[in-house]
Amino acid sequence: MNRRTLLLGGTSLLFGATPSKKALVVVFLRGGVDGLAMVPPREAELERLRPSLFDAAPLKLDGSFDLHPSMSALLPLLEQKRLGVLHAVGQLKPSRSHFDAQDFLESGRAGEKGADGWLNRVLPALPKGAFTAVAVQNGVPYALQGAEAVVAFPALRDFRVAAGPAASFEQLYASAVDEALKVRGAEAFSGIEAAKGLAALEPKNGAAYPKGQLGRRLQDVVRLVHGDVGLKVAVTELGGFDTHLGQKLALGARLKEVAESLAAFATDLGERLSDVCVLTVTEFGRTARENGTRGTDHGTASAMFALGGAVKGGRVGGEWPGLKAAQLFEGRDLRVTLDVRSVLAEALTAHLEVSSESALPGVKPARVLFG
Amino acid sequence: MLAAVITVCAAVAPLEIPANGWDRAKQAQHLLSRAAFGPSAADRARVEELSVGGWLAEQLEPGRDDALEERIAADFPTLKLSVTEALVQFPKPVKGEEMRNEERPRQLVVELTQAKLLRAVKSRRQLEEVLVDFWFNHFNVSAEKNKVRWLVSPYERDAIRPFVLGRFRDLLGATARHPAMLVYLDNWMSVRDGLEVKALRRAMGLNENYARELLELHTLGVDAGYTQADVRAAARALTGWSLELKKRDDAWGGFLYRPRAHDTAEKNVFGLELAAGGQQDDGERLLDYLALHPKTARHLCFKLAQKFVSDAPPAELVDALAAEYLRTGGDLRAVYVLLFGSRAFWADEAFAAKTKTPLELVVSSVRAVGDLTTVQPQLVKAIDAMGQPLYRASPPTGFSELAPAWVSAGALVSRINFGLKLGKNEVPGVQVPLASLPEGEPELVVDALALRLLGAPLTEASRQTVLSQRDPRVIVGLLMGSPEFQKQ
Repeated sequence: MNRRTLLLGGTSLLFGATPSKKALVVVFLRGGVDGLAMVPPREAELERLRPSLFDAAPLKLDGSFDLHPSMSALLPLLEQKRLGVLHAVGQLKPSRSHFDAQDFLESGRAGEKGADGWLNRVLPALPKGAFTAVAVQNGVPYALQGAEAVVAFPALRDFRVAAGPAASFEQLYASAVDEALKVRGAEAFSGIEAAKGLAALEPKNGAAYPKGQLGRRLQDVVRLVHGDVGLKVAVTELGGFDTHLGQKLALGARLKEVAESLAAFATDLGERLSDVCVLTVTEFGRTARENGTRGTDHGTASAMFALGGAVKGGRVGGEWPGLKAAQLFEGRDLRVTLDVRSVLAEALTAHLEVSSESALPGVKPARVLFG
Repeated sequence: MLAAVITVCAAVAPLEIPANGWDRAKQAQHLLSRAAFGPSAADRARVEELSVGGWLAEQLEPGRDDALEERIAADFPTLKLSVTEALVQFPKPVKGEEMRNEERPRQLVVELTQAKLLRAVKSRRQLEEVLVDFWFNHFNVSAEKNKVRWLVSPYERDAIRPFVLGRFRDLLGATARHPAMLVYLDNWMSVRDGLEVKALRRAMGLNENYARELLELHTLGVDAGYTQADVRAAARALTGWSLELKKRDDAWGGFLYRPRAHDTAEKNVFGLELAAGGQQDDGERLLDYLALHPKTARHLCFKLAQKFVSDAPPAELVDALAAEYLRTGGDLRAVYVLLFGSRAFWADEAFAAKTKTPLELVVSSVRAVGDLTTVQPQLVKAIDAMGQPLYRASPPTGFSELAPAWVSAGALVSRINFGLKLGKNEVPGVQVPLASLPEGEPELVVDALALRLLGAPLTEASRQTVLSQRDPRVIVGLLMGSPEFQKQ
């Protein structure tokens, strides 16, 4: 095989096509998002379960569900059917520990941890480049940890080293005894080279990012897409969803940031949005009942957004389990009717066009995103 | 300076250190990289004077460090404020009103962070500083949440620092009652289900947040085998542990037990039976039980071994530490004595096996080559940029102790750039006097610097790379940003 076919990977070899520009972006909303507040079902039971959290004037999403009032920035994308919602989604082996539930989700092996994360195990099937897999955050999240090269940085504009000593540093890290430092060093220096100039790209199509971390980080993802640096997998995160107390205020601000960041991201991408599929995930949902302090405690199923690519949006997918006492999981949480891993598997097979078997072993891809 | 000399108490005899064939310089390098924030010239000399075992004994029974404490009191006046004083003297800014930065509530966290860095660099009680950092992180609270900003400085001073060389039960009790923890994990509002609260004109109830993290993170550990029912029962045992909310009260913001809010029905938490009719003592008995539970012993000792020995510590070491913990009723000093005298701590596999956290990297850099004259915001920002916003870790798990969390391409770039800046003397508040660098032929300078910074010679490949640079300041920067200096 010559260098070109190597770079293009198996699919392109068969069809002789140009390399795919498809990319998958996973936004981890950490802390456990209250899906019942983000996308409330129009069900009388909800007001009885959470009298003080109940919102009388939500935004209408479809016949059966509403959207949190602070997420109005998403309405145009819903109308254009570029954005969809999946509900009652969660883990088949759930945990109410943040720590365990996040690890289980990121390992991709239901209820188990391991040496690497699900997204790293996708990488052998993808073309290799400095920016194939990127985490726009501090450190490599568990989902992307593993044998394959990934780059992580909190901001593109700080991802550079003064030219003079850079070559010396590159050599020092190339001969590092510590294997992890050697690998991360190589990733850093090839990334710095590939990223040159990208940090200065201005938003396109009049996109206006909100203040805050998520918008800044998604904007860097867009820069990598517009820069055509071979991005296939990007991950970023936002915390602050662990709303045990006074949920209304805290959650509203966070959801507004999510909505406005995603909307600006879509605008900035313009036509390239059909190449990029964004999924939001979270470790668990929250109790169906409000707790004693106008908040909610750790629960089970939540809701997620899917944006871009060939997502058939404008609707709430999944199977609604209901909120009556007998329908709740262990009498307290929204029940999981859709395995989050099957949704991730669908994104891998249908959007990135790679097998999901090594990333998510034994999981049958769902048909809820694009079907 | 006489005033700065530590009074040595003779309570702990010099620790016995197993022979491992290392020379004294390597032993000192290892010890000061783990039980201190990296080697400094002063601490190297102290280890030389007292021997490794003697230095450890002194650190386990540290006397006062009056000069440093006087400086901290003068430079950071908010550090002495009580919870009530902090709330009264630093009111929330009113929108539209001008306010100087030093009057804003965030000043409380700014001063705490600056004092932390000053102590980490300068304190003679190095082990205590390392332990304060470790136990604060174990019982993490974030200044970003709710009113914790006003409470975090008293929290470290009153609930963490006094107990890090003492009994775990005291740490646990002090954190459980402290307003910072009560606010951060919401227990201040958790009341028995159905309690009618007149001021709110509604019924209130249980909040599981603190109880869950108490079992999972502070004591038993996530795999201990407790259930959702145990979490609820623990939360019920702690109902009524709350705060004084009356603003005019002298004790505004302090701990207050509210008998009416307490759930007095009987409870069973993971094998502990609490009979009906209990009050505040329900919570105290729960903490007694958890503090001495064998699962807690293992969980804490695993974390200590991971912190001080390696990311995957030997099981025999954890077993031995846990046994000592239980034998002594949770005496942390006894556990440290065993840990620092263990073969596992002094094993070849342990040398330079840990990756420095951003805090450790920055502080060890300054201790190695410079002098900290003042703590400027740029130093705090450098640690931020490497991914460790001090006192602002938002999840209750705190910051990770493991290498993968800290080693990424972007973080390395930040570390490299910090090294370069430091070498060029461009980090405000830190002096790296060129005069303090070794003199002579470039080869000699590099070799001497490598020994001082890394405690071991460079590999020949690295040595040649460093020698390709002629500017001594760039050489310092290269060494500080080198892969070797990221390890401890």
